[in-house]
Amino acid sequence: MTSISSPSPHPAGRSTEFLLGARDTLPLLLGAAPFGLIFGALASASPLGIVGALGMSALVFAGSAQFIALSLLGTGASALVVVFTTLVVNLRHLLYAASLQPQMARLPQRWRVLLAFWLTDETYAAVHHRYAHDDGAPFKHWYTAGSGAAMYANWLGWTAVGAFLGQASPALTHLGLEFALVATFVGIVAPLLRERPSIAVALTAAVVALAARDLPYKLGLMLAAFAGVAVGVWMDGRRRLQAAGDPR
Amino acid sequence: MNWSLWAVIVGMAVVTFAIRYTLFGLGGRLRFSPRVQQALRHVPVAVLTAIVVPMVLLPDGQHWDLSWRNPWLAGALTSAALALGTRKLLAAIAGGMAVYLLWRFGLA
Repeated sequence: MTSISSPSPHPAGRSTEFLLGARDTLPLLLGAAPFGLIFGALASASPLGIVGALGMSALVFAGSAQFIALSLLGTGASALVVVFTTLVVNLRHLLYAASLQPQMARLPQRWRVLLAFWLTDETYAAVHHRYAHDDGAPFKHWYTAGSGAAMYANWLGWTAVGAFLGQASPALTHLGLEFALVATFVGIVAPLLRERPSIAVALTAAVVALAARDLPYKLGLMLAAFAGVAVGVWMDGRRRLQAAGDPR
Repeated sequence: MNWSLWAVIVGMAVVTFAIRYTLFGLGGRLRFSPRVQQALRHVPVAVLTAIVVPMVLLPDGQHWDLSWRNPWLAGALTSAALALGTRKLLAAIAGGMAVYLLWRFGLA
């Protein structure tokens, strides 16, 4: 059994890194599978149909945005509203990209395009552990590619299974598989809550998200994220001051 | 499927890729200060918590459900406990799913 928190430390070749990246993403693949399945089933039963379901998973490749788009399309929202909501919901990827940017600066553009297209919550979670582990390995981008390729193939595959099963038996959409998203995100976040600033970040984000949940275009989500980060920065600053004032 | 749905998909694809690619494409030309980088470390916790907590505490999107019979709450607490206890993500996902499904279809 592997854990994403313990990547192998030895310097490895391209294919080894690629396989390690895919292997360390395995638990996340299982978390995404029911999510892809249910998206495929719901989308294929909507006006999108099988082709639209697969097209969206292949071109957009952003699970939570795809679900939200699906529900917006169901309420008759315009194309502009759906695209704008996608923008807001996916803004968090800007922050993931900023965190990985120092490692990308060394790579040729074609690598940056590929790894940007494959940047998801799950791959970020798997990969930033690998980069935090500063062992000077030369092919870490192959690790990232392995994680991204695994997530992409998994997402497309389960979307397809869901799309075909959804057309065959619509009852699939009532199985409760949508909880897989929650289980995955909780599993990623809980171990990160080790220090007081992180706990304050989570509490703030939770309270603001609940208070602002009725704002349009999922703006409450962004508001909660920024409030959480602001509190984290404030707590970090206070800690630094305390450390500086401590005459040890 | 009509052309307007394809327009939606292509529009979503363009904004999503633009967000993911802009900073990678600029490379080192746009750099963040150490303070900003430290702030970014808090992003995953903030964003993922903000997505999950309303789903768990208001499963239908309208009404609070803080009872122990809420499958979302029971499943999420199980996932959190397993993630902290075992440090294995797969155990957290599988255990949370199992409790969720048990609560939803076993207790109903």
